[in-house]
Amino acid sequence: MRYPFPVGKSDFIQGDEAIARAAILAGCRFYAGYPITPASEIFEAMALYMPLVDGVSIQMEDELASIAAIIGASWVGAKAMTATSGPGFSLMMENLGYAIMTETPIVVVDVQRSGPSTGQPTLAAQGDVMQAIWGTHGDHSLIVLTPATVQEAFDMTIRAFNLAEKYRTPVILLTDAEVGHMRERVNIPNPEDIELVYRKLPANEEEAKYPFGDIHGDLIPPMPIFGKGYRTYVTGLTHDEKGRPKTVDAEIHHKLIERIVNKIEKNKKDIIDYETFELDDAEVAIVSYGIVARSAIRAVKMLRGEGIKAGLLKLNVVWPFDFEMIEKIAEQVHAIYVPEMNLGQLYHLVKEGANGKARVELIPKIGGEVHTPQEIVKAVKRCEKCI
Amino acid sequence: MYLKLSYEIRDKYLRKDMLPTIFCPGCGIGSVLQYTLRAIDELGWSKDEVVWVSGIGCSSRVPGFVDFDGLHTTHGRALAFATGIKMARPDLKVIAFMGDGDTAAIGGNHFIHAIRRNLDVTVILINNFTYGMTGGQVAPTTLKGLRGTTAPYGSFENPFDIAELAVAAGANYVARWTVFNYLQGINSIKKALQKKGFSLVEFLSPCPISFGRRNRMKTAPELIKWYNKITVPISKAKKMSPEELEGKIIIGEFVDRDRPSLDEEYEEYKKRAKKMMGWE
Repeated sequence: MRYPFPVGKSDFIQGDEAIARAAILAGCRFYAGYPITPASEIFEAMALYMPLVDGVSIQMEDELASIAAIIGASWVGAKAMTATSGPGFSLMMENLGYAIMTETPIVVVDVQRSGPSTGQPTLAAQGDVMQAIWGTHGDHSLIVLTPATVQEAFDMTIRAFNLAEKYRTPVILLTDAEVGHMRERVNIPNPEDIELVYRKLPANEEEAKYPFGDIHGDLIPPMPIFGKGYRTYVTGLTHDEKGRPKTVDAEIHHKLIERIVNKIEKNKKDIIDYETFELDDAEVAIVSYGIVARSAIRAVKMLRGEGIKAGLLKLNVVWPFDFEMIEKIAEQVHAIYVPEMNLGQLYHLVKEGANGKARVELIPKIGGEVHTPQEIVKAVKRCEKCI
Repeated sequence: MYLKLSYEIRDKYLRKDMLPTIFCPGCGIGSVLQYTLRAIDELGWSKDEVVWVSGIGCSSRVPGFVDFDGLHTTHGRALAFATGIKMARPDLKVIAFMGDGDTAAIGGNHFIHAIRRNLDVTVILINNFTYGMTGGQVAPTTLKGLRGTTAPYGSFENPFDIAELAVAAGANYVARWTVFNYLQGINSIKKALQKKGFSLVEFLSPCPISFGRRNRMKTAPELIKWYNKITVPISKAKKMSPEELEGKIIIGEFVDRDRPSLDEEYEEYKKRAKKMMGWE
């Protein structure tokens, strides 16, 4: 297999470019998109590479169609991705719900910019966290990853495909204009050293009859993809294990939705990923994710220098959310700070996790700039003094 | 044309555990489904090489009743999903079963762009001038003056002519019939299925329950009579003046041409890309 970019060595590239290359190395062979700042570079890289690796890159009429096309491609067996930013992400909510309901593995990249509406197209934000988790209607669960560096954008894109395939679910790679447009050195491994996961297919005709049944007891049904003679029917309506619409049966609806939620919830341990820095003996914790976590690491060092025992929890996955871990941290520290490039989103989850065992303070910032370490330090010190 | 008995078609192609259908008495969707299955049967296509796609609405429930791979998607988006299916697996044949509201209102943009790209898909369109499933609201196809629950005093908007729209957007094959032109209908579907690129067969289809009832045509026979009154064969229409054609709907074959389809173009594009990059 020949790749249209260097593999097995490092390269100095943008976050958006890293996402595109990682997707191709993860086996993505179908990309559908619509131009939008600051995600267009992902599409442009895919447009350049896909025809060379015998994949498809196609520009759709809007984001509604982009996500629809990748779901269609996934049902004929392709690993498929789309990328967008806030305004397009809003349009994708409709079919994101369809992908959840039909348990279709897809990867959706949201390179966040300031909103609401058209907002600040070229500037970063973290305003789509709650939308990524809860934006589509109805009860559901999915997976949301948050890279902080270009290397992480690369690594997490591969992980996003693996998780999507493993759990038969849409995965959101929630990044932002800073990571997307920043250039950094990235290690691109040899393709044979990358561990790839492929969706479970039915082992036989009998298994294929239950495209939505928990036949293996792991909550994840094998996916009888189209064009293999399984003759599967897939609908966004509430359906039984065989995929037949059952729209007024409360029990069937409950069973289906509970399984879709539980296949993520019960596998939290496998999905959740985080890093800690100086957290073991910390008296003050900072919980951060994405680009802001990089300022937070520096802030921890500065606070330690000033005698405040600070530590960092950097979340690489913001959904599913480990409420229990936050509670444990809350038992250890007296205050948790949540710096976010919004007016408080993940903060609410942290507060719920802390369960009243520690004070949880938001350090909000909007307008397009990342928190400086000094700003985080200042906010922490101001609050620490007021106790 | 020799027609097989209906039960042979039923037994061969329908999913028995999904029956009965949701369709009301006098509805035309079942007939159009039968024409489509007969066309597939006569072409001798395998059930494993065809994928059915649909959006939302009465006609969109069709893929659930047939024993094929089927994707019942979101309102208006069938052709966007179909784009992914066809482009990722160009060897599969794709049929989109759609309604008029689904196609021309919420899915209007996907419709014209799928045609512009010449996506290799056959659209079987049920045009009943109304939103049947939600109870008879006016559609973008409702003729001026006809009533629906959201225009109880008669529609005040201009309707779309979906077949003409498809021709203008660049479809390779477009035909329109009423549900009662069954032989022409089956033949057109056969032609459409064999056609590379975008093909559309539109059927004016009776909806006595949601549409006819509100427009003094409570039964299917009354709607048949009305269709006979308002439709004009395309050969005859060519000799008529715009004034004479006012309020008429033209039926027949609108276009039959062979522009390259999207997947064919993409194959060429891949070759061009490799050549330009010096890979070949």
